[in-house]
Amino acid sequence: MIEVQDVYFTYPSGVEALKGIQLTIQNGEFVAVMGQNGAGKTTLVKHFNGLLKPSKGKVLIDGVETTKVSVASLARNVGFVFQNPDHQLFSETVEDEIAFALKNFGFKDTIVKRRITWALNLLGLAQYRKTSPFMLSGGERKRVALASVLAWNPKILILDEPTIGQDYQQKEKLRQFILQMKAQRKTVIIVTHDVEFVAECNPRVLLMREGKVTIDGEARKVLTNPEVLTQASIVPPQIAQIFLQLSDFGLPKNIIDVYEAHQILLKTLEKKAK
Amino acid sequence: MSVFEGLKFRKVYSPIHNLDPRIKFVYVCAIFGVAIVFWELLPLITLFLLQLPFVFLAGVRRQWLRSMRGAAFLATIIFLTNFIFSFIGAGYIVTAKNLENAIAMTLRFVVLVESFSIFFITTSPDHLGLALEQTHIPYEFCFAFTTAVRFVPVLAEEAQTIMDAQKARGLELERGNFLKRIRNYIPILIPLIVSAIRRSLELAEAMESRAWGATKKRTNLYVLKLHRSDFILIAITFGIIAIAVYVRLYVAIPSLNELLIDLA
Repeated sequence: MIEVQDVYFTYPSGVEALKGIQLTIQNGEFVAVMGQNGAGKTTLVKHFNGLLKPSKGKVLIDGVETTKVSVASLARNVGFVFQNPDHQLFSETVEDEIAFALKNFGFKDTIVKRRITWALNLLGLAQYRKTSPFMLSGGERKRVALASVLAWNPKILILDEPTIGQDYQQKEKLRQFILQMKAQRKTVIIVTHDVEFVAECNPRVLLMREGKVTIDGEARKVLTNPEVLTQASIVPPQIAQIFLQLSDFGLPKNIIDVYEAHQILLKTLEKKAK
Repeated sequence: MSVFEGLKFRKVYSPIHNLDPRIKFVYVCAIFGVAIVFWELLPLITLFLLQLPFVFLAGVRRQWLRSMRGAAFLATIIFLTNFIFSFIGAGYIVTAKNLENAIAMTLRFVVLVESFSIFFITTSPDHLGLALEQTHIPYEFCFAFTTAVRFVPVLAEEAQTIMDAQKARGLELERGNFLKRIRNYIPILIPLIVSAIRRSLELAEAMESRAWGATKKRTNLYVLKLHRSDFILIAITFGIIAIAVYVRLYVAIPSLNELLIDLA
């Protein structure tokens, strides 16, 4: 469980990035942190694995205060995949890249091999096992970065902008994977601007603005509230936009899911046909 | 990373920021030369104090202090090396002269960092490039130089992100013996170098797509002109050089210890 208790954070440059954040994320929750650039999204999630320590307030991971332990010991339970994979890739082969963290955490060689194979298969990278990560495409490098974190099976997974540079098929795979993690009672936190992806996943949404959480609720409620979204410089997902415009015809306003939209439109058309 | 922060330019309007970069550079070089010529503590203290009005006039005290803090580690090494060797040379005795020498050598380094830090904090990379261009240095070199200066803080920021990314994968930079600690930096250095190369290739492509090198004769939006304050700085610079040459050639500089004894 992640507990954030009245957290303030100021960067050495004097920029106050977080202003009194108060929230709790339970085990097994899927949370999307959204908001405009500079709202404090990445700053907030960097507190969850101790990369940043609060200037004021407390962050507790499973009851342990992040200021009391090292990043490495927190990282064992909190996996963090950075936005740009090029900030972490350095090994000669994809296999070595995935092994890096496992070796840091002191896993035995047999387990390291098994975990590498598991992570490679999970993300469809098995054919690149002996390839240099620098020879892969942007999307593939992003998957290598994700595989290198998933390999040690952290309880909490933080993904910073996971959908950037991914085609539709990969996004769908990512969605399926996140749902699988959720089913395994793992906590998944994504930082994203991708409203369509969030609409398809329907997680709990934390909407941030100027270092504060302005709205905390399920995606269906947050992403169909145009006033709040405008304040955070976010455009509602396309399905929500259509249903907001069709609300005068008696259709519900709070629809973000394609399947649900299809069902409602079908029923309405059938009614009209009769 | 505080050294880089301390050298980062921020747009502020002050009499020092508005000075012509060419004149500022000549001044900095003069201070550099004078600091090298003297090895006694008193003139080096004077040189150190001479820079302080520039810091206050420019209103960059915080950044300047940061660059000084960044230089503290190297300054400590210089002090210890000088002190230990003179201590051994003097037959394992601590003398006031040896101590003063070690402090003087450290202060010489501090003066150099101080003057260059003031220069970089108060001079925008664009003005620097303009200054080089107007001194008839080929534009390709000017561009390469200003780009390098501009990218130092960017690279420092990137290095910090890479460190965070690797720490998040369980890397402990301070773990292990000396050799292991050096090896711990490989996961930081490789992504940093690769990213710098990628960035430079992207920059080259972006420049070429915007007609880089299409014509030999480039025009500039701004042209540097000398103002009254620049002439004052030229006078100060020549004054410092003249005094330094005179003192070096004709004045016997007392050590701080001798001066204190005389005063007592």
